[in-house]
Amino acid sequence: MPTFVYMTKCDGCGHCVDICPSDIMHIDKTYRRAMNIEPNMCWECYSCVKACPQNAIDARGYADFAPMGHSVRVLREEEKGTISWKIKFRNGEVKDFVSPITTQPWGEKIPKLAELAEPTQEEVDSQLLCHEPDALNIERGLPIMDKSKFKQGVYY
Amino acid sequence: MLSHNPFADLLPAAIMQTYVVLMFLLVVGGTLLDVIHKKSAKYFFQAGQKAQKSQTRSVGGGEKASIAVKTAVNDVMLSGEFCNARRRIAHLLGMYGFVIFLVTTVILIFSYPTSATAAPSLVTGLWHIGALMVCVGGYWFWFFIRVDVAAEGNAWYRIMRADLFILALLATTTFALIWSYLQIQGSGAWTTIAMILFVISSTTLFGTVLWSKFAHMFFKPAAAYQKRVQEADGSRANLPEPADKPAQFGLGIKREPARHY
Repeated sequence: MPTFVYMTKCDGCGHCVDICPSDIMHIDKTYRRAMNIEPNMCWECYSCVKACPQNAIDARGYADFAPMGHSVRVLREEEKGTISWKIKFRNGEVKDFVSPITTQPWGEKIPKLAELAEPTQEEVDSQLLCHEPDALNIERGLPIMDKSKFKQGVYY
Repeated sequence: MLSHNPFADLLPAAIMQTYVVLMFLLVVGGTLLDVIHKKSAKYFFQAGQKAQKSQTRSVGGGEKASIAVKTAVNDVMLSGEFCNARRRIAHLLGMYGFVIFLVTTVILIFSYPTSATAAPSLVTGLWHIGALMVCVGGYWFWFFIRVDVAAEGNAWYRIMRADLFILALLATTTFALIWSYLQIQGSGAWTTIAMILFVISSTTLFGTVLWSKFAHMFFKPAAAYQKRVQEADGSRANLPEPADKPAQFGLGIKREPARHY
């Protein structure tokens, strides 16, 4: 479901341009508003949809509920750490989803990779990636998610 | 310099006044053509019809009037749409500077076209201050705030069609100030050159409405009004309701501006 921009809602702030990992969100040459220049190259990460402070970016749905009368809309509430999706199918059926974006305060858990010691040649040649095996946190075996811990909806 | 009226005894009053009327007609004609070409009126009407189908409550006339006032104050007069504070300040400087510059130009040309009646220094002062405000907001935007400069990392001198409006506006006010300054200095030929550049740039500004961003001052308030009505009638442009969760994580992406080049 590639993304597209409502030109009348976009204020041209550049958050989507800044965040797009495919570098396909650009500024329109006529109206100075954001646009997806290559929808077929969009890998549908929805970073731009979630980042847009004006809710001006939508996802264009696939044929099971597109092309007419459907909508896929996202509301990102950073202060709450939630992201809500409203999927409206062409037959009028509506589905709402709310998920957590994060369970940690923003910007506090970014690993400071520059402060790590430079790896030796032996470490570079090994199969292990940076931080491994420590980052895998498997000293006590593989982690198991207890089914009783699953909850419906948002949990922190 | 602030008490100088650059239009006094410049040309016969009728010529200057005809030019102003012509520019006004160009803006009106350009806007109408823009509405027809982009089908913006049709778009807003269809979007309104579509929203009506998913509304959860009806919005009365009184509430719509209140929304219109809120839109006029918050979205138009305070440029509340902008999420970036720097862009908002630059836009406010440019918008109010342009309005002041435009109104005082009309007053000077229609009421004080000759030196026989001296223009009040308040009007001439506002003319210069208005032009200066546009320059401050405009050049700040041009060199530092534009998204393709700040977020895409392009050079400031990369020009595209979307820049027609801002460049014509900046050229108009910049040449206006230079022209006024040179008039006071009495440098004859240079004054004429500055005046010709001022007239060319203002004609470009008002005559290219169809191709420039000039018409945004008409359709953006319409879009802001529609957005507020959709929030009031519950259709919310199909957006989900805000999540019933406490605010506890602070700003995410808004912590840092979109400027990573």
